[in-house]
Amino acid sequence: MTRFASLAGMTAISVAAGSAWAVELEVMHWWTSGGEAAAVAEFARHFEERTDHTWVDGAIAGGGAVARPIMVSRILGGDPMGAFQFNHGRQAEELIEAGLLLDLTDVAEAQGWRDIVRPSNLLDACTVDGRIYCVPVNIHSWQWLWLSHKAFEDAGLEVPSDWFEFVEAAPALREAGKIPLALGGQPWQSTGAFNVMAVAIAGPEAYAQVMGEKNAEVARGEDYARVFEAAVAAREMAQGSNVQEWQQATNLVITGQAGGQIMGDWAQGDFQVAGQVAGEDYSCLPGLGVNEVISAGGDAFYFPVHSDPAVTEAQKELAALLLDPEVQVDFNLAKGSLPVRGDVNLDAANDCMRKGLEILAAGAVLPDGVTTLSPDTTGQIDDLMAEFWSTSMTAEQAQERYAAIIEAAD
Amino acid sequence: MAALDEIPRRAAAPAAPARRRPAVLRNLQAKIASLPMILIALVVFVGCTLWTVFHSFTTSRLLPRTDWAGLAQYRRLWGEQRWLVSIENLAIYGALTLVFSLVIGFTLAALLDRKIRGEDVFRTIILYPFALSFIVTGLVWQWILNPDFGVQAVVRSWGWTGFTFDPLNNPDIVIYGILIAGLWQGTGLVMVIMLAGLRGIDGEIWKAARVDGIPAWKTYLLVIIPMMRPVFVTALVLIGSGIIKVYDLVVAQTSGGPGIASEVPAKYVYDRMFRDQNLGQGFAASTMMLVSVAIVLIPWAYLEFGRRRKA
Repeated sequence: MTRFASLAGMTAISVAAGSAWAVELEVMHWWTSGGEAAAVAEFARHFEERTDHTWVDGAIAGGGAVARPIMVSRILGGDPMGAFQFNHGRQAEELIEAGLLLDLTDVAEAQGWRDIVRPSNLLDACTVDGRIYCVPVNIHSWQWLWLSHKAFEDAGLEVPSDWFEFVEAAPALREAGKIPLALGGQPWQSTGAFNVMAVAIAGPEAYAQVMGEKNAEVARGEDYARVFEAAVAAREMAQGSNVQEWQQATNLVITGQAGGQIMGDWAQGDFQVAGQVAGEDYSCLPGLGVNEVISAGGDAFYFPVHSDPAVTEAQKELAALLLDPEVQVDFNLAKGSLPVRGDVNLDAANDCMRKGLEILAAGAVLPDGVTTLSPDTTGQIDDLMAEFWSTSMTAEQAQERYAAIIEAAD
Repeated sequence: MAALDEIPRRAAAPAAPARRRPAVLRNLQAKIASLPMILIALVVFVGCTLWTVFHSFTTSRLLPRTDWAGLAQYRRLWGEQRWLVSIENLAIYGALTLVFSLVIGFTLAALLDRKIRGEDVFRTIILYPFALSFIVTGLVWQWILNPDFGVQAVVRSWGWTGFTFDPLNNPDIVIYGILIAGLWQGTGLVMVIMLAGLRGIDGEIWKAARVDGIPAWKTYLLVIIPMMRPVFVTALVLIGSGIIKVYDLVVAQTSGGPGIASEVPAKYVYDRMFRDQNLGQGFAASTMMLVSVAIVLIPWAYLEFGRRRKA
């Protein structure tokens, strides 16, 4: 026994009563905002209550762009954690090809993930050559406009019902001393806001052509030209929101200093933590109130390969637990995201989540950029958007450079 | 093995004439002792450099691969707006850091060297920022330069409401905001090095200058500074390496923003390699950084060491 423990090396092993090995499983993620931390605590609670294992929380502050390199170097460096969160899709592609991630196909088949996970493209994003390598835990969609009722009341305005009304209200908001549109300074936020505007203004087909098929012709075309013009207007509206993190920008909306924010449904969790009520204190407009569709991206957990069978066993137990109906409900209610299985009871869901569920049930689902574009292309678009939103680059220049990136995308 | 056999034989026959041996075998113990260091230098520095340069010609993404891509990575690099902005920023930051930290550092050192009262106190205060990491420096200056809490807010609260000073939110001058923080952190060290150099100047020289009636500033400029050449070279190397690797300061202060206005080459390399999982592109950028350092260093080394050998 002791010899085996010493062979296990870095992984801490202790012997539990009976034959089961209790493992300390280190789980790395970048969920640090109020709503996110509450959500991940649900996973930890269920994991420790239902198994003998211990959840070691490895939260990394600063978002995915900071956390991903740390996780990847841990795995490549031969000191893998027990499990880690990624946005599924192409980010883990090469790790899977290199055989560094655990094949979960047996767990998936035993539990029938194919039948319970919806929309099915979430599981497809976890599948490489017919094998399943990750557990999708939630559906996140970017296409939301969050509006502060207080800000509009202060300015003596009606709360708008779509993007175009919002743009019209912007000068009045500005006059009332509000920032019309809150936007954090990190590049991924401006890219996200742009993509949301693309769905709303160019329409879902054009968006799917550009994101899914990487069609540069469409990216150069009329529809996208209107998107870039709208983005120039949005850039004006975002003047003055000197914040970096998305939580800070959301906070501007919560406190009524800003009229609205384009942000994914994870912002919901922060409204909830602040004690705000959907429909009373804030409104949410899916697809900016123009095209009610959502792009189903999300978070997924991956499990690096360990040589110790006890760890592998614990990893598979966690993988199965993440999709448990009860766990799914507790986690997603806290996080403000939608569960990946349709057969769970979501009576506790609030106004905004219900809207999302209806859209999902109607099947108005688009591919998310994270699942179709390589991190390299995403990075280039992020750089372009960061530059575009902070300078006076014209719509035409930005569109041409955007199309060139789409053209060269792999 | 031959080398190891050498030691007991020499110990047994201490009279063995050293001059008959070839040059390689002279000071053998010292050479054996430095072997690990030489190996590390060769493998870690030279080896890894070559490995990096080689892989910059491949299509490596998350993991290093050997699919040959020719100059494709370099063509893409020089077509990237962000890289061009990075180079420009580094040039501005580098030139100004070099000039200002040498001038300010030397001036402070010269002032302290005038046998003032409380020199220890001043020296400590000025050197203190150097004890802080760039991350802390960056955060401190991010707050000081924040228009809502920092200098601008303070001056406005004094009644000058039109006052505007927010370099970190203005793409045109953001690099100067970073420069201020860099100088604040680094100048103290330059000052200490300069002070050490000044203390090494023989007091007789000052006496001679005074006898000849040369004013102090002229003595500094024409006598002292030329004598302090090695000190300046040391300071130059330290400042130079600090410039080329500037990264954490930018990350802490602006994370490259607003937009891409304060990006620097080291950050480009990091982001491409780790954020975008594109090793090939990151390697190409780091190779360009190496080349730029080499362009500066090789002629200098040639002049410096070439001349010394002749002398």
